[in-house]
Amino acid sequence: MSRNSRTTSVARPADPTRRRFLIAGAAVSGGLLVGCGAPTPQERLGQAGQLPVQGGQVALNGWVKIAPDGVVTVAVPRAEMGQGVMTALPMLLADELDARWEDVRAEVAPVDQIYANQAMMLNALPFGVDDQGWVARMGSALAQRAGHALHLQVTGGSSSIRDAWLPLRVAGATARALLVQAAAARWQVPASDCRTQAGRVLHAGSGRSLGYGELVAEAAKLSPPTEVPLKDPAQFTLIGRSAPRQDIPAKVDGSAVFGIDVRVPDMVHAALIQAPVFGADVARFDGAQALRRRGVRQVLRIPHAVAVIADSGWRARQACADVQVSWTPTPHDSVSSADIARDADQALKTASGTGFVDRGDAEQALAEAARPGSGGRVIEARYHAPYLAHAALEPINCIAQVRDGRVNLWVPTQSASLVRWRAAQVAGVDTEHVTLHQPLLGGGFGRRLEVDMVEQAVQLALQTEGRPVKLVWSREDDTRHDFYRPAAWADFRAALDAKGQLLAWHNRVAAQAPSNQATARLLPWAAADSPDKSQIEGAFDLPYDIAHLHVEQVRLTGHVPVGFWRSVGHSYNAFFTECFADEVAHAAGVDPLAWRRARLAGHPRHLAVLERVAREAAWGQALPAGRARGIALQESFGSICAQVAEVSVDEGRVRVHRVVCAIDCGVVVNPDTVVAQMEGSIVFALSAALHGEITLAQGRVQQASFPDYDMVRLAQAPRIEVHILRNGHPPGGVGEPGVPPLAPAVANALFALTGQRVRSLPIRLDAAPAAPKAVAA
Amino acid sequence: MTAFTLNGRPTQVDVEPDMPLLWVLRDELGHTGTKFGCGVGACGACTVHLNGSAVRACVMPVSAVEGQSVSTIEATGDPILARLQAAWIEHQVPQCGYCQSGMLMAAASLLRQTPLPSDADIDSAMTNICRCGTLVRVRAAIHSAASAPLSSRTEAA
Repeated sequence: MSRNSRTTSVARPADPTRRRFLIAGAAVSGGLLVGCGAPTPQERLGQAGQLPVQGGQVALNGWVKIAPDGVVTVAVPRAEMGQGVMTALPMLLADELDARWEDVRAEVAPVDQIYANQAMMLNALPFGVDDQGWVARMGSALAQRAGHALHLQVTGGSSSIRDAWLPLRVAGATARALLVQAAAARWQVPASDCRTQAGRVLHAGSGRSLGYGELVAEAAKLSPPTEVPLKDPAQFTLIGRSAPRQDIPAKVDGSAVFGIDVRVPDMVHAALIQAPVFGADVARFDGAQALRRRGVRQVLRIPHAVAVIADSGWRARQACADVQVSWTPTPHDSVSSADIARDADQALKTASGTGFVDRGDAEQALAEAARPGSGGRVIEARYHAPYLAHAALEPINCIAQVRDGRVNLWVPTQSASLVRWRAAQVAGVDTEHVTLHQPLLGGGFGRRLEVDMVEQAVQLALQTEGRPVKLVWSREDDTRHDFYRPAAWADFRAALDAKGQLLAWHNRVAAQAPSNQATARLLPWAAADSPDKSQIEGAFDLPYDIAHLHVEQVRLTGHVPVGFWRSVGHSYNAFFTECFADEVAHAAGVDPLAWRRARLAGHPRHLAVLERVAREAAWGQALPAGRARGIALQESFGSICAQVAEVSVDEGRVRVHRVVCAIDCGVVVNPDTVVAQMEGSIVFALSAALHGEITLAQGRVQQASFPDYDMVRLAQAPRIEVHILRNGHPPGGVGEPGVPPLAPAVANALFALTGQRVRSLPIRLDAAPAAPKAVAA
Repeated sequence: MTAFTLNGRPTQVDVEPDMPLLWVLRDELGHTGTKFGCGVGACGACTVHLNGSAVRACVMPVSAVEGQSVSTIEATGDPILARLQAAWIEHQVPQCGYCQSGMLMAAASLLRQTPLPSDADIDSAMTNICRCGTLVRVRAAIHSAASAPLSSRTEAA
């Protein structure tokens, strides 16, 4: 990347001691090509009038306003769900503004096109972090354009920093330039004689200074510059240093307001009885008995559910037991997990696939290796991962009110713009007539990208005569009516030569297509049965140098709704590919670290991450008896993550003692948040690896709640060490990349310990595990 | 009518005796710091103190707390809880934060009974679920609060 070298004389730095560079240069090298590019950061500045103000606040553009007392409020258009976005995004702006961090506040941004997430769709592209070729850059430009055109004001795909990196900084730098101009005008000195520091403009010659709060009213009357220089990374004062999260104090005293905590005057409460089989509808219902219960007001029907409306949520829920409902039959009423697995097996064996990568001639190499007398051999394996529920701890909820042609919504959502649009559709009003309030999210993990709860709440609100309806799902609803991580199956064949060297890698991945399904739900006009990168991500884009490589996708159909579960396709493909790589290394008699190292010459960033994790984990050094290590590496969401897990088995139970994690996410904004996201991802992934499994019987999900869909608690939590590789690469994601490597690292460690291959999740060791093997790793 | 003490204040509610304490706190009394996670006592998001010990409010009928003392995350003046809250901020424990009221109440109950807990004590007392996976920091913050020097304990309190 040459972004830092694109300093140009067109820029007239207000402070010549600050080495700055033009945003135009960064934009070009970032892939925003003329003709097909998305709006530039400059074009996303927006107008001061777009931000609501109060208490004397004055907005300087669509991202920042300053109060007379100097308090700087930054508009954050991404949902806070624990990933620290209410802190990291303001840091970007505040750094370029030279604000005093103590003065900086975050506020949820309104819904507007300038806040569209242009980085979200980057995840749909098949390019790796180190692909800077023109096709990758063109694709990036188009994907960003799409994010803008679709007005995806959404939070997901580990994209918040990737999207905000330039616009928030440009917004801060532009606001700073206005404040400097205002001070210079008041002092009647050249702007170039002024500098900024800690929320003040200073004039070196005279020693005078003015706080931003004293200047903002005048600054707002000036025309913003069309080009502003940005800081050289060496000049950052906030970016790259851990800042305490702004949202944390309210989260330790119970004052933080999540969606489920919102109380609106005159609201009524709704509980649902939802169709047990996906797609079934209400045939008949009888609410007479429920209506006799205390506090119950109505028993209503909405698509796929019956609702009880009462004066309290608990009374509504209790009354559900008294409602008689029968459901329409569906073609899926007898479907079980075994049926789904049989269909997948059939498809893997017979269905034609969509090739995502086809390098060399894998089939020919496999045939040659299998030929008697060739000295080579072929190893084969099938892997499987189950459906998973998101199980965010805050059950799904939404408050809706429909009155006088307007809709009010209070919903913890990752999909602000889509939620508004869908509510308008259901209520039959213009999108502009939907007011969205965005409380905190008690976990998202991709579940709150969906809009089903909004559709339901609005349908209820259409029947409650203008009263707001608070819909709260039960935990059982949440488990049984999710958009699940797809169940997936993968067939691998590898050709080895006489020395055990890998010649060919052939992989077919069968699963439902999460992006195609989500698109059909959320953006129906864009729906298509097209190749779905999210289904096979992490499988086709291996970083390893393999001469003959063929990876293809088999898209399964089925009635189980699937969606985006933290790290999406990577969540299972990393398990498949990194475990099979371990098998291939073992077959060659090569240490798994050495095997990977030997195939990463073309990917220095991946290699550096791998080397770092191995060093920190003391790979190859002896462990106490009964313990072993496993390693895995995965690039996802613009970052590269490797983990080493240290395990033991105690009476058949897997114990993960320690996980060492190395992450290259490019430029780091708030390092402690990166560490926290890695820690959290590892625990999240460990819950899935050890416990997570959604199964079906008679068309319906069998699990209900935490007793049968369990999570790792403190007693099972490993020690976690996180190491961040610092470099100047463009920012990558951090919310998801820590998830994929965990399961394969644990499974590979279990093989090293027991000699038993784990090819299916959740991990279940044979009743009588093989005797521990003496393996150095 | 059920009467009990809530965070030191006499409180009365006119609800069904089998309404869980959780819903009395949240819907009837507007104390929304205590969270609903599962309704079956499995996740611990609803953990409150009954006479100083951690209980799960989602499976505790309000009739069972008649005449007793309930405290929630909104309680002030509990020096142990205050110390833990300070440690939670110092260690930047919460992510989404939804489970943290319950985590803190469980931790406060633990420290009241075991002022200097071992890892094993923490493992057996802290069975709450955190979907964001803050468990590593929860452990560190409990140790930190437990071993805080007396002076900072007083300050934090």
